[in-house]
Amino acid sequence: MPDTLLDIRGVSKAFPGVQANDDVSFRISAGEVHALLGENGAGKSTLVKIVYGVMRPDAGLMTLHGKPFAPQKPSEARARGIGMVFQHFSLFEALTVAENIALGIAPDLARDDLRSRIVDVSRRYGLELDPDRLVGELSVGQRQRVEIVRCLLQNPQLVIMDEPTSVLTPQEVEVLFETLCQLATEGCSILYISHKLEEIRVLCDHATILRGGKVVATCTPKEETAKSLAEMMIGETLTPPVKGSAAFGEIRLSINRLSMVADKQFGVDLADISLDVRAGEIVGIGGVAGNGQTRLMAALIGETLVDAADMIVLDGRPVGGLPPEGRRRAGMCFVPEERLGHAAVPEMSLVENAILSARVRKNLSHKGFLNLRTAARYASDIVDRFSVKTAGVNHAARSLSGGNLQKYVVGREIMQAPTVLIAAQPTWGVDAGAAAFIHDALMQLASDGAAVLVISQDLDELFAISDRIAVIANGRLSEAALVADLTIEEIGLRMGGQAHDRKAFHA
Amino acid sequence: MLRIVPRREPSRTMQILTPILAVVLTILAGLVLFALLGKDPFRAIYIIFFQPLTSTYALAELTVKATPLVLIGIGLAMGFRAGVWNIGGEGQFVMGALAGGSVALALHGSDGFWILPMMCVAGALGGMVWAAIPAFLRTRFNANEILTSLMLVYVAILLLSVLVHGPLRDPEGQNFPESRLFGDMMTLPVLIESTRAHVGFVVALIAIVVAWLFLQRHILGFQIKVQGQASQAARFAGYSEKRIIWLCLLTSGGLAGLAGTFEAAGPVGQLVPGLPVGYGFTAIIVAFLGRLHPFGVLLGGLVMALTYIGGEAAQIAMSLPSATTRVFQGMLLFFLLAMDLLVNERIRWVPRPKSERAMG
Repeated sequence: MPDTLLDIRGVSKAFPGVQANDDVSFRISAGEVHALLGENGAGKSTLVKIVYGVMRPDAGLMTLHGKPFAPQKPSEARARGIGMVFQHFSLFEALTVAENIALGIAPDLARDDLRSRIVDVSRRYGLELDPDRLVGELSVGQRQRVEIVRCLLQNPQLVIMDEPTSVLTPQEVEVLFETLCQLATEGCSILYISHKLEEIRVLCDHATILRGGKVVATCTPKEETAKSLAEMMIGETLTPPVKGSAAFGEIRLSINRLSMVADKQFGVDLADISLDVRAGEIVGIGGVAGNGQTRLMAALIGETLVDAADMIVLDGRPVGGLPPEGRRRAGMCFVPEERLGHAAVPEMSLVENAILSARVRKNLSHKGFLNLRTAARYASDIVDRFSVKTAGVNHAARSLSGGNLQKYVVGREIMQAPTVLIAAQPTWGVDAGAAAFIHDALMQLASDGAAVLVISQDLDELFAISDRIAVIANGRLSEAALVADLTIEEIGLRMGGQAHDRKAFHA
Repeated sequence: MLRIVPRREPSRTMQILTPILAVVLTILAGLVLFALLGKDPFRAIYIIFFQPLTSTYALAELTVKATPLVLIGIGLAMGFRAGVWNIGGEGQFVMGALAGGSVALALHGSDGFWILPMMCVAGALGGMVWAAIPAFLRTRFNANEILTSLMLVYVAILLLSVLVHGPLRDPEGQNFPESRLFGDMMTLPVLIESTRAHVGFVVALIAIVVAWLFLQRHILGFQIKVQGQASQAARFAGYSEKRIIWLCLLTSGGLAGLAGTFEAAGPVGQLVPGLPVGYGFTAIIVAFLGRLHPFGVLLGGLVMALTYIGGEAAQIAMSLPSATTRVFQGMLLFFLLAMDLLVNERIRWVPRPKSERAMG
């Protein structure tokens, strides 16, 4: 076995009510790409925060190059050769690439020649980057490159990558993987965190699988199938969702040349978006985050009104001029992306949260006064039918786990029997069990004759449930194509809206 | 080192208990303060907090002071729930007194049971007009209502002063800056003979019940709460933020204006430059002391009224400085906010990390 770089032995970390890491042990060799695999809440983030010095373990030991390693803060970890690329970037949009990098590294590295070193490093690893551009003008993929270059400038021996591909197009993923492989051959180890199984099979030499804070398996991913990896991760056998026959009815939702300017600096304008969704059909909109999805959702819900009423047509009736409650009355329901604070009020009870969006269609008020008893009954019905785990409908929304609250929110909309349901990221950050449940419920709704539009960054999800898929890139929507006629590759090409930017580094 | 960590689920009991604990702590701190001043602390506390509860006259005075505090407090609490920070209750109070009082002065010499209701309507409208200015500036230009409503307080007070020095001055008043005394049909009926307790207090009690129903059961009250707790969820539901801002400012302005008319047509009986004594500002404390809940506002209003009366009594009986009242009100708010922090978060002692410390 080659030299052990990092050895983690018996690391435990508890938070009130949760054992985030329980006696976790594994080792990473020099030059190895090591996957840390697990569902949301399995303890991956806590573990890497310990390695990176953001948190300290309750128990356990780590050695780096055989020497004790107990970083008290990230700068200590960086000084010992650990680098990390976070899932959420910490970049200032109004500053240039070079300025952002200078802010985030040790002061002695931010010398005069920083600019030229940025260019060197980015060339060497195929991560083309112009140091003088404003970060606000960069695509999400390019922003990630800024973070990676910043990390590489410190000559790390171990790079931690936290879900790096969730914001990338398939083509960008390929470039990233080339970079990572090059790093590994040069002797730098990579700790790669993900729940995407295919990419782990392609990229990683070894995998450690966490479940409920414990190491439940270690394996060589190339010798496993995605299904076997998933079952190790979830701990149960999976049955893929079954799609019904493709017999669609008339057009229920029609979006016609919808355009809308961005509401903030560096935001995305929506340009000329058109799409029809028929009864019984699920249409997916894929795309990398930050390409206009939020704005499109706001326009569809009616949080921001579009310029012309006929930009959004429901069952032949223009509804673009109606506020959200009017659209609900007409038969549309919505599941926004953010559960807490958008789809639900965190401090309010499930009953009150039922009133939030179901008042009109479920008669939860009479002459302006709330009908709390009916609302409580509706909330209990949702809890029963969508098997939401909660201590009771009078408990606050934020007391529910992510998956349970998402089931409640989706249930609240579906049980209103809408003719059109529009859902953004319906299974974002929920466990596999809840995700499967939500997918089933969406497909059931469609087979009952509703038109369903799902906006998601998760391509696997879109391929699993959609009949047709369109892609949003830089505020423009591609033609929707039948899933059977599409490959991930093609979708990826459409996702890379600003194509010329990407060609630059392929050449 | 000390760290403040949010609690997972704050205790409901504690949330109700904090105002009471804050009052107890204020009394304890008061004991120390008076001892340091060289006064008999127990006697001072007795005079401030307990003596006013022992006589009918003092109890009546309590309702007189509590009426404007409660009326303004309800309106402010409603706005605060929605995140609409009307700090200008004092100005709306003055404009209400001015509008209601002007009606009384214009009808000087006439008779009729309709005069008083008309004054009340005019007073409420006066307060609403004054609150409409920050509402307009906020919804049209996104101007911060904290600043605009606060600045308008001083405009209102100066306007009152100008008018009682000029057009509204009593023609037979030897040039004193005071209006005429209001006639019998223009003053509020007294509840208890030979005290100043007036029907305004009954109106305040009714307002509390109405506000409670409105907040708990009405869709507009629900919208106010959603707006304050999660504005994005309010947009998702389809609630208009502008409408809620207008609703909150007009309601709180109207109630403050009504309180102003009650003050002018009740205990004062005329318009004087010294009419505003800070009820509009104290009502902010009342709203928070009452947990922004209508019934809480009633209790909060009574407690704050007690500090006014007790503070005055202590000034007279023990020659304490007039700042005593303000100091007590300030301490009350301070302890309340401190207790709130402790209910919602907890303070943990985290040992300072030692770099040599081994793990485990």
